[in-house]
Amino acid sequence: MKKFLKEEPQIYFSNDNKKIIKVIKYFCKGCGICIHFCPKKVLDWDKDFKVFAKNPNDCIACYLCELMCPDFAIFVEKEK
Amino acid sequence: MKEEIKNYLRLDERFPHILCPGCGIGTIANILIRTFNELNLDKNNICLVSGIGCSSRIPGYIDCDTFHTLHGRAIPCAIGVKLARPYLKVIIIGGDGDILAIGLSHFIHAARRNIDLTVIIVNNYNYGMTGGQVSPTTPKGKFTYTTPYGNLEEEFNIYEISKSAGAIFFARSTTYHVTHLKKVLKKALTKKGFSVVEILSQCPTLYGRLNRLGDAVKMLEEFKNRTIDISLIKEPGEIPSDKIIIGILLDREREEYCEKYERLRKAINEKRD
Repeated sequence: MKKFLKEEPQIYFSNDNKKIIKVIKYFCKGCGICIHFCPKKVLDWDKDFKVFAKNPNDCIACYLCELMCPDFAIFVEKEK
Repeated sequence: MKEEIKNYLRLDERFPHILCPGCGIGTIANILIRTFNELNLDKNNICLVSGIGCSSRIPGYIDCDTFHTLHGRAIPCAIGVKLARPYLKVIIIGGDGDILAIGLSHFIHAARRNIDLTVIIVNNYNYGMTGGQVSPTTPKGKFTYTTPYGNLEEEFNIYEISKSAGAIFFARSTTYHVTHLKKVLKKALTKKGFSVVEILSQCPTLYGRLNRLGDAVKMLEEFKNRTIDISLIKEPGEIPSDKIIIGILLDREREEYCEKYERLRKAINEKRD
């Protein structure tokens, strides 16, 4: 097993713990597609020019970032 | 990572992948895996065949039976796989240079035979892997490294080629319309016969840079503004010339080759007995 599989993904919770945004930072190449096409502007750049969830409370779980990501780096989970 | 996605990926060998930042081929692999998951396809019953090129690297990252063949010769190898094991779902992934330049005659003859294959053509308007040369789908007047004063030739219309060669299904989509792409792929995979899906993809590193189209985000915005769905067109005369039509353009029925072959084999065997 390589190093990145042991590396834990960055997890961002919303206030009611119903929406979870997971970012695998090792996979992200910083293309900015998810940041631009997010309809509620939840995501933003961090200091390494990778993606992070700035305000996860606004997330509506449309899964657009997850579907458009070319690098399998971001995942959204929604509790029912 | 979600379990249903993890199941289809060669995570411990190959990741992160080698494609450029912002390249649309990663999105296509992402959507293809989700389509497999939604159709409940067993990964032991899928065979992905590819030639040489950027988009032909997708089978290297997907954990199913894969076949990386010679340049342009993905379709003959896939026909061999399909005739030997007719229960497999055989999918060909290739770029515009792989399938439409060097492998064009194989493409036409496979469509003429109407053998049960799904061809996914990733059209990024140039040869990406070898460094941005002109390809059969480069639009007229656009710049590549081998046409520094603009391309003089007209581009191919893949829809007209597939239609006249005898394909039974043709759909066009882009990497911006992800849910539309998933719907189209689902229909193409369930169709029995030679089905073609053309996916317009962005190449921000070469084609986008040489034609001053900006980064991946700007190229995706252009796909959003320049495309029009075929279901929105009411009268055939009113299509604006600068728009690209997406959606299912061709959907018809014809007899499939493997079934005909099986029937012939049975008839000859009965005659011998």
